[in-house]
Amino acid sequence: MSAVDRAPARPSRWPSGRLLRSELRLIFGRRRNQAGLAVLAAIPLVIAVSVRLGDPASGQGPEFFASITDNGFFVALAALTISLPLFLPLAVATIAGDAIAGEANVGSLRYLLVAPVHRARLLLVKYAAVAIFALAATGLVALVGLVSGLALFGGGPVTLLSGLAVSLPEGLLRLLGVCLYLWAGLCALGAVGLFISTLTEQPIGATIATVIVTVASFVLGSIPQLDWLHPYLLTQWWMSFSDLLRAPVYLPDLRTGLLTAAAYVVIFWSAAWARFAGRDITS
Amino acid sequence: MISRPDRAGGFDQAGAGDLAVASTGLTKRFGRGARATLAVDAIDLAVPRGAVYGFLGPNGSGKTTTIRMLLGLVRPTAGAHHLLGAPMPERAGEVLPRVGALVEGPGFHPYLSGRDNLRRLAAADRTVDPRRAGAQVASALARVGLSAAAGKRYRAYSLGMRQRLALAATLLRPRELLVLDEPTNGLDPQGTREVRALITALARDGATVLLSTHLLAEVAQICTHVGVMHQGRLVAQSSLAELRGAARRRARVVTDRPADAARVLRGLGLSEVAAGGQGAHGVLNGVAPEQVVAALVHSGVPVREFTVSEPDLEDLFVALTGEGFDVSG
Repeated sequence: MSAVDRAPARPSRWPSGRLLRSELRLIFGRRRNQAGLAVLAAIPLVIAVSVRLGDPASGQGPEFFASITDNGFFVALAALTISLPLFLPLAVATIAGDAIAGEANVGSLRYLLVAPVHRARLLLVKYAAVAIFALAATGLVALVGLVSGLALFGGGPVTLLSGLAVSLPEGLLRLLGVCLYLWAGLCALGAVGLFISTLTEQPIGATIATVIVTVASFVLGSIPQLDWLHPYLLTQWWMSFSDLLRAPVYLPDLRTGLLTAAAYVVIFWSAAWARFAGRDITS
Repeated sequence: MISRPDRAGGFDQAGAGDLAVASTGLTKRFGRGARATLAVDAIDLAVPRGAVYGFLGPNGSGKTTTIRMLLGLVRPTAGAHHLLGAPMPERAGEVLPRVGALVEGPGFHPYLSGRDNLRRLAAADRTVDPRRAGAQVASALARVGLSAAAGKRYRAYSLGMRQRLALAATLLRPRELLVLDEPTNGLDPQGTREVRALITALARDGATVLLSTHLLAEVAQICTHVGVMHQGRLVAQSSLAELRGAARRRARVVTDRPADAARVLRGLGLSEVAAGGQGAHGVLNGVAPEQVVAALVHSGVPVREFTVSEPDLEDLFVALTGEGFDVSG
């Protein structure tokens, strides 16, 4: 290797995705994150096994629980409902909080930037990885719930919330819709986490702050006197995913939920860029 | 003579194209208002292509902040700079792949192996050919003696191994400029020798090296040029040859005829000549030592001992910065 090989250092014109692949290897190869995904996968298993072993007459339980013994399909929905207030946001906040603060913390941020990675490209790749992780986490909960549910309770036509029964394939399509809708909400949370991650060199701090935003949003959403604030809250429309299980699908809240998520993504992505673009990297 | 860089900007006269690193009035102020601190105060760096430039200064004198500004990590408060003839940070995407940098110690992911950490940096640099990335990583690791430990997790590396990995990262592709901040930090004497040999070899291949250090011995051993930082200012900048030439070499002769010896020395043009009980001494002022010995013998002065005191860099730098080099500022 000669130091004076003056071959022009012309960057390839198209994004090759190599940095994103490296990012995904970093996320999914890290044991802490694998343990987090294992915990998420355990949630539907615990639900399925405990319902199977439990006394059928022991009451209703959370939403969708009552339907599980009739159709294993509902394990997936019950697991998503239970994971939504804390486990899924925590998983996404962990990855998003790590995005910039984690690199700054170990000192690799300066080496990435002089490699060089343009700051916009780094932010974009980091956010794409957070979004992919959020999709994987949501999909994992649904898939493990579906497989364990069908194995323990069998399948069949799915009775919707409005009482109408649809075929299992259509039920699966609606479950996919639920996952994508929840994914949009988690992407909004990921943008908040990405922004917070540009403010600090402590990834744990960024993660905790992001979780606090989620919890605070749920708490504010439960105070009726603050109903003027509710439409703007990050988490307000997340539970509307059950509208996908009506016939016909009840669209207004879903549409508002998606628009809210999009607004959060745009606002916090812009804030992250404003903060990160001109920041002095002294880590 | 040692140039005291003038504000007008040295590199315009020299031509920015001949310089690998050139800055004018580069300044960094941290904080605002009364609590603001001036980390770097209007420095005009001029690192010629092909030089090994020793960027010397005590800890806290602004070397690292300057390097961070040069690489675009920290935004200057004032001033401008060029790397490899291109303005920064405007053309960073095109210039930085040709620059290898070690900034303030190693910084890698602890749970990735050394090899995977380098692969990640290779993936980040879009000018690295993906098909050759694996071979380039292996060759960079071999060059710093880390091949055997390449598969180990970074967290298990010793301080010296971490430093070597950071050096390997600067060698991921051919570089025209290497910016190395304290590259021998944490290395044992053997590792220090290896790294200095590596830097010399890279320079021999044509790379320009900007070597930040607080070790005078390092500068004396491997540098061709030197810039001295003190309290945020570049107090001196020149080639090492000029610096040595500017130093006052002293000739000393031991003889039983001091008065005659002193007369001969004066006759040759030496200054500050003084005679004592043992002999005489004076400042050479460019007169060749062998000429002095010949003149003494020719005049019949019995020479028992003749010595020329080599310039002591440390004395020079202490004179320039007004304090010793181990003092943290």
